[in-house]
Amino acid sequence: MSGKSSVFDMIGPVMIGPSSSHTAGVVRIARAAIRVLGAKPDKAELTFYNSFARTYEGHGSDKAIIGGLMDFKTDDPKIKQAFEIAKEQGLEYKFKSVGNASVYHPNTIKLNISKGEQKVEVIGESLGGGLINIAFVDGFNADFTAQSHTLIIKAQDISGAIAFISSVIAQEKANIATMSVSRKGKNDEACHVIEMDSGIQAITIEYLRSIPWIKQIIYIPDIDL
Amino acid sequence: MSFLFNSFSGWKQYCLDHNISLYEAVIEYEIAQRGKEEQAIWDGLLAAYQVMRDAVETGLREEMTSRSGMINNGAKKVYKHPVAVLSPEFQKLISRALAAKEVNSCMGRVVAAPTAGASGILPGTLYTLQEIHRLSDRSILEGLLIGAGIALIIEEKASLAGAVGGCQAETGSAAAMAAGAMVHCLGGTVDQIFNAVAITIQCMLGLVCDPVAGLVEVPCVVRNASAAAIANSSAQIALADVSAVIPVDECVDAMGEIGASMESKYKETAMGGLAATLTGQDISKRVLIQDIEMLPDEDLPE
Repeated sequence: MSGKSSVFDMIGPVMIGPSSSHTAGVVRIARAAIRVLGAKPDKAELTFYNSFARTYEGHGSDKAIIGGLMDFKTDDPKIKQAFEIAKEQGLEYKFKSVGNASVYHPNTIKLNISKGEQKVEVIGESLGGGLINIAFVDGFNADFTAQSHTLIIKAQDISGAIAFISSVIAQEKANIATMSVSRKGKNDEACHVIEMDSGIQAITIEYLRSIPWIKQIIYIPDIDL
Repeated sequence: MSFLFNSFSGWKQYCLDHNISLYEAVIEYEIAQRGKEEQAIWDGLLAAYQVMRDAVETGLREEMTSRSGMINNGAKKVYKHPVAVLSPEFQKLISRALAAKEVNSCMGRVVAAPTAGASGILPGTLYTLQEIHRLSDRSILEGLLIGAGIALIIEEKASLAGAVGGCQAETGSAAAMAAGAMVHCLGGTVDQIFNAVAITIQCMLGLVCDPVAGLVEVPCVVRNASAAAIANSSAQIALADVSAVIPVDECVDAMGEIGASMESKYKETAMGGLAATLTGQDISKRVLIQDIEMLPDEDLPE
């Protein structure tokens, strides 16, 4: 993120009301989650935590998250009819409220979404002003904003992995803004989350995918595109 | 190096040094910060203004009832009422600010300017000013740029968020943006524009954020109307060269100081003020989810 606000942060964003943290931010969390899944889900279980637990319905965050799961943008007027459209599209969903998860940010949502056999668990935080942080993906620390271009690489924990991945990205002349790596245990599965200032080509992603020790690659371009 | 919008006095000096107008400094800033083409900025502003106009018209035309029921077609009632308290123009101003903000409360499309909670103020004031004075869209867009410059400075020196600075930070900032934009559109000088901002802030200082049930409805909607009225009164005062006495930068500092010392129950937490009244609490019990699971300590997520 650039440190300075844009004119269009002051006159904008154009969004569906009522609140940037309860609608725009929630839509973005859902849009990030379906990119992690790699598809629009047919089943979703959504848990609203802490401050969100009580207020999500009054603010329409339930419609916002279902709209986001159908890939609606933050300014899409269809969000208001999200439940009706979800019914037509055969998206089944269930909401839960949990009031006291003190280790989570006040406005946190856990999304357990699936499409057929594929499933994923994403935990997102709505930080205010429509900004978000995707805190966890399938139990791994993720911490990305989805406002730049994000690569999530699940790989075997081997030495030289970080140097190799960053050199491939360097070939693309993409500047790495943030990079974090977490692992389940030594020589177990590791998760690399890399935020870049610019995008990378499909062929580079295919190349990374062909590396034997790399298990899975998820590429998420700017969430609002 | 473009001007970085850290003070009003600096903004004025930068424009004097470079012989440009206030809005041109904002365009330079956006080009330098975001690498945009100038035309893309004008296109984006026109698109935003169109969303503002649509919000005003939608709020006066379509059914506007919020899920809680607290917002129930108020703008249309005001627009159609047979008695105009001051003038038909004033009646339209108030109903338009209400209309755009009701659209926000009812999950319609708005421009957060600067925030969603204050999204009725620029639409209500600028729509009405353009109609009364037959202004071009270009003039309104210049006004929006000046509004953006005002908001950038307030964000830098104080805050635009109700959760940080109370309602003064949201509706107060929007009213200040509107007042500055209006004085520019009516041909005011730099000093008159800044004076309008200073006077508006003086009128909005101290306003707390105490939304009933935590929803962006009561008192947010009516405060968008009153803020639109204050923006107009400030513009009227400033155009006549009546001084705010306290310079605009110092007014913004005062807003920041008040916001910093405001208790957290008055910062969007729905714990104080109108939210804490008996009726406010009753409404809260009715509209908020009561069926909430509480985790036993050992099940708390790691």
